[in-house]
Amino acid sequence: MNPTRTAGAAALFSLALALSACGGADQPEEQAGAAAEDGAAEDTAAADGFEISDPWIKAATVDDGMTAVFGEISNTSDADVTIVSAEHEAAGMVELHEGVTEGADTTMREIEGGFPIPAGGSRVLEAGGDHIMLMDLTEDLEPGSESTVTVEFADGSTAEFTAQVKEFAGANEDYDGGSGDEEEYEEGHDEHAGHEDEHMEDEG
Amino acid sequence: MSERRPPSDRFSRRGLLLGGAAAGVGAAGATVAHRLVGGEPVPENAAPPVHGTQTVAFHGPRQSGVETPPQAHACFVGLDLESGVDAEGVGRLLRLLSDDAARLGAGRAPLADTEPELAEVPARLTTTFGFGRGLVERVDPGAVPSWLGPLPEFDQDDLRPEWGQADLLLQVCADDPVTVSHAARMLVKDARAFAGVAWTQTGFRRAHGSQPDGTTMRNLMGQVDGSINPRPGTEEFDQLVWATGGPAWLDGGTSLVLRRIATDLDTWDELDRPGREAVIGRRVSDGAPLTGGGERDDVDLDATDSTGLPVIPAFAHVRRARTGDPRQRIFRRGYNYDLRDTLGGSGEAGLLFASFQADPVRQFVPIQRRLDELDLLNEWVTAVGSAVFAIPPGCEEGDYVGRALVEG
Repeated sequence: MNPTRTAGAAALFSLALALSACGGADQPEEQAGAAAEDGAAEDTAAADGFEISDPWIKAATVDDGMTAVFGEISNTSDADVTIVSAEHEAAGMVELHEGVTEGADTTMREIEGGFPIPAGGSRVLEAGGDHIMLMDLTEDLEPGSESTVTVEFADGSTAEFTAQVKEFAGANEDYDGGSGDEEEYEEGHDEHAGHEDEHMEDEG
Repeated sequence: MSERRPPSDRFSRRGLLLGGAAAGVGAAGATVAHRLVGGEPVPENAAPPVHGTQTVAFHGPRQSGVETPPQAHACFVGLDLESGVDAEGVGRLLRLLSDDAARLGAGRAPLADTEPELAEVPARLTTTFGFGRGLVERVDPGAVPSWLGPLPEFDQDDLRPEWGQADLLLQVCADDPVTVSHAARMLVKDARAFAGVAWTQTGFRRAHGSQPDGTTMRNLMGQVDGSINPRPGTEEFDQLVWATGGPAWLDGGTSLVLRRIATDLDTWDELDRPGREAVIGRRVSDGAPLTGGGERDDVDLDATDSTGLPVIPAFAHVRRARTGDPRQRIFRRGYNYDLRDTLGGSGEAGLLFASFQADPVRQFVPIQRRLDELDLLNEWVTAVGSAVFAIPPGCEEGDYVGRALVEG
């Protein structure tokens, strides 16, 4: 028989896929009073406090050229930290982006100053908002595959996490960075439904 | 309850349709009304308990949605794999869908859900995956169970290809239709890169809470339907439903026969109550055998009336479905469907017949063969869709349903 329980309990063991901090000093102990920016206190790396829940990447092909990483990042340390860059093995270029919405149109552009995350705080990466932009894709990111992303903090420490690749109809914002191979946003356009591509031609 | 009526005898179909049989039917309606008033007094301002937060565990040795007490609403989605999808692709698809199903079942939005608020009311949501022969062959032609394929042809069937076999089945059930709709759509979106929808069949039972749990469902013909189902959790159930001895990947799984049974309710309307009871061999009022006792009591096929004729006619559904072989039994978990009449013509209503059994060829087919040969109910019901799926065992957290097939 299938036991019945309430939703709240089941949600507790929900957080995150595999994630690991690496490249920082292995000092998990809390540093009382270490509130210096970017965990600059001795023996503490900003990456040590990094957690991410529900990370995922929008599926994309080499022809698409670019895509984005989403999830909710947490900083469990008691020091403010800043993510300044990210890497992905299948992306020639990776940028930290923010979305700027005017009317129903969202434009994405590189964010100045990275992603600051206050001590004990979190930051949501979501379609239409902040996200990690993967560009110049060198291989297809196929739905259902898993993919590793590395983030670097201002103190040079890094953390990596595994994200599930999923199809997604949204996150088609215009890119204000001028790399040239992006497509115009078309509502309802699905980049994997190749046979429907003529749909795009309707827009001037 | 309406009064007992003497069992009828000597029905010909013609006699039934002409309403020739005796016995008034008036009493049934009159006795129902006062029951609506009963129950505990409800304190003023007391909020009724909410059942939308109830969940059924997705993870476990067996898939949910088989033993799970049937939820009020169901959506069966048949998907056909795109030609380019290989075993590795099937694995990615099942990994995605299992993750979605686990989250949805817990009342959490799947990754990339564009309507995450709709996931917040699980209402006992279950997602059950079934593999058609096409999917298993795509992964490993040597791993196809002997029974996984089309059922033999039945003379009474009028199968339409649009309700036929598919490669992958999603059975999505919950006590809330919005939950079912959202879950099915989310799953289909994540399947889109791998498979297209062949059909979607939605069905319903009584609303959650409108009857005590465990009440046998009624179909749209008004009959109590499924009285002799084996009880989940019993040894009998385990032996009838859970598969052993087949391909290793299916150990602890089962099979699903899904048949769309169109029902001609308009001609059924022409049949009076005694005739309806004779067709089935059970009382309409409570599903009890015409030979007496309660709903779950055995039918006495040898009983005769005062004139020496069998109480249960030779053509009666219960007689034809019954077998002396206790292994020839199935577990039914069906749903009604009703595509309502439109101005342009008559809609179709009926039953999404869904039965689970360890081996459909050994268990389901002999029953259906007897019904196909003789069952007066065939005058009003016709199978217009038919498909068979292997239901693999469940998976633990972090795993996905079907891994044993995909990864060997």
